[in-house]
Amino acid sequence: MGNLSRRHMIRTGLAAGAFLTATRCAAPKGTPNNPATGPEVNANKAKDVTLRLIGTGVSQINEIRDKAQKDLGFKIEMRALSTEENNQIAITQPGQYDIFDGEYFSLPLVIPSGNLQAIDIKRVKNYDKIVSFFTNGSFKGMPVEKSQGTAPFKVQYLKGSDSKEFSPTPTEYATMIPFQYNADTLGYRPDLVGRKIESWGELFNPQFKGKTSILDIPQIGIMDAAMVAESLGLMKFGDKGNMTRAEIDKITGILKQQKAKGQFRAFWKTFDESVNLMSSGEVVLQSMWSPAVTAVQAKGIKCIYAPLKEGYRGWGGGIGLSKNLQGMQLDAAYEYMNWMLEGWVGAFLGRQGYYSAAPETARKYMSPEEWAYWYEGKSAAKDMVDPFGKTLAKAGAKRDGGSFETRFGNIVCWNSTMKENTYLVQKWNEFIAS
Amino acid sequence: MWKSFKPYALIAPQSLVFALFLIFPLVMIGVVSFWQFNGYAMAPDFSLDNYLGIFTSLVTVKTYLNTFKFLALVWVVTLLVGYPVAYFLAFHVPRLQWQILLFLLCTIPFWTSNIIRMISWLPLLGREGLVNQVLMNSGLIHQPLEFLLYSDFAVVLGMVHLYIIFMIAPIFNSLMRIDRTLITAAADLGAGGAAIFREIVLPLSAPGMAIGSIFIVTLVMGEFVTVRLMGGGQAASVGKLIQTQIGSLQYPLAAANAVVLLGVTLLIVVSILRVLDIRKEL
Repeated sequence: MGNLSRRHMIRTGLAAGAFLTATRCAAPKGTPNNPATGPEVNANKAKDVTLRLIGTGVSQINEIRDKAQKDLGFKIEMRALSTEENNQIAITQPGQYDIFDGEYFSLPLVIPSGNLQAIDIKRVKNYDKIVSFFTNGSFKGMPVEKSQGTAPFKVQYLKGSDSKEFSPTPTEYATMIPFQYNADTLGYRPDLVGRKIESWGELFNPQFKGKTSILDIPQIGIMDAAMVAESLGLMKFGDKGNMTRAEIDKITGILKQQKAKGQFRAFWKTFDESVNLMSSGEVVLQSMWSPAVTAVQAKGIKCIYAPLKEGYRGWGGGIGLSKNLQGMQLDAAYEYMNWMLEGWVGAFLGRQGYYSAAPETARKYMSPEEWAYWYEGKSAAKDMVDPFGKTLAKAGAKRDGGSFETRFGNIVCWNSTMKENTYLVQKWNEFIAS
Repeated sequence: MWKSFKPYALIAPQSLVFALFLIFPLVMIGVVSFWQFNGYAMAPDFSLDNYLGIFTSLVTVKTYLNTFKFLALVWVVTLLVGYPVAYFLAFHVPRLQWQILLFLLCTIPFWTSNIIRMISWLPLLGREGLVNQVLMNSGLIHQPLEFLLYSDFAVVLGMVHLYIIFMIAPIFNSLMRIDRTLITAAADLGAGGAAIFREIVLPLSAPGMAIGSIFIVTLVMGEFVTVRLMGGGQAASVGKLIQTQIGSLQYPLAAANAVVLLGVTLLIVVSILRVLDIRKEL
């Protein structure tokens, strides 16, 4: 390289530049090397659109993808992740997804990252059919209206199209369109417990020493613990969904005490772990997610999803749009949303025990017997079969907790991302390490 | 000119891969460990808060003590169990084919996924598991033993089961390299079995034990999957602490913890190397 003169360098550089320019001109317009300059309008292009979804295992279902591809005519890729990975990617890798399918409680973390764009409600067809609690915070005057924590309504709206702030009142810009949600509670093995469980407080009952379990996900586990502590009168919270440092100290202190006493058999982090714990009898009473209860039942083991007098802990998931979406892809994403609210998906989810954002539209696709069992809490007129062919309930059975109204209406707290989230995680680690 | 350049050219690809995928990420972790975290994102900064938090917290001490406890137990057990296995393979299995076959048997725990392994421990060690049933039926116990699963015992068992091959392999290797004529000579000179083992076999297999120990140290210090699954989420380890922090997006804090963990682990490895110069012995 030493004897290469400056002039020679420049000459070579110029030649290379000229060569590049020349080939670029020669390449046909629209190829990757030579993108077309103006916007292209071509209706058939929808076929080339691919929407990449990320979400948790409970929502990324192949059957839904296949049906959507068939009905909508464009490609959909789904990626099933754990709750934690889902949030991580949503926040740190915005280029990896077009549609974020996540839980409402992750929004206080995801929205400030600016990776989602506001959803223009005018473009969402059945928005008015979505359960009123999501859209305006009301639900027939039932307890859910006063529920604590990251309730979907509190994070449903943005102040403006480019805002990263939640609006406490409805606006035209939504963060997510609800997809599926449910009311969570304790699950138990009636054969091993031997009586009815009616209160969250039972989780700390010495009778079940070494046979209970809670979730090892701080933002969810802390809510269960709070429900238990409140029910036993161990402590009171100003707002469970937004604890102060002192409250976090106290509740983790109670948890440490229980752990030292040997109250817990194990903590679980994934759906499968909770199913294993319950079906093997290692644990007889634990906080559970509804599909896990169904999975235990599907093994022929009795498991009750107890309606408790204090109420339920709610969770909700929805889909939001990546800020990278534009043009044709954005249109496709809206089409997907509208398709999702059209009813087929709602019925599909309903048959697994989840609730649909717009139950009215889902009803069209459910048989009257299915609707009566899943939504009205009536006894099953025939066997209830889930979309995968498994019988979830025999004829005559009734859904634990009853109708949609009594279950959803009695949600008293939601999975929460608190202001003191960082502190909570730190204290939670202390509890696990204790 | 090419001659003197050649060795560098040869190591260039490897060095490049190392620099890109090991050195660079490690430097990044170091850099991020000084950053700040605001609840949902990290911001470049130079703050010692993360480290201050780690060194002033009782949880860190407890978690490290717990991790050291696991390390000590796993190390002792793998050495005590692994050495005889390697010795048996090297000296009592006559043919090479059989040695290889039996050696492969030791790798079986690696053939299954974590989930499968976890599920299969349940029917063995669970409350209604095989071990408890046998003990109860034989009248030895009247209450099922709860400590078998979801306990420190289970964590150590799980790790020994998984990592013992890393102790067996290097010891087996160093035992195989012992010149058999040395043993014959010692026997000819009147040394008994114990003396031969003490004077010849043990010193010559020391490098194997050291390498095995280094494997165990690095594996156990960063372990979080077995700790969570076998400990039922109730046992703490540094790896698990870091994992929970990553799960909550607290990358800077996790990075700081990772740097400390790396330092501690290197310290242990260096002290093993000080006791024994592996290079000289090989």
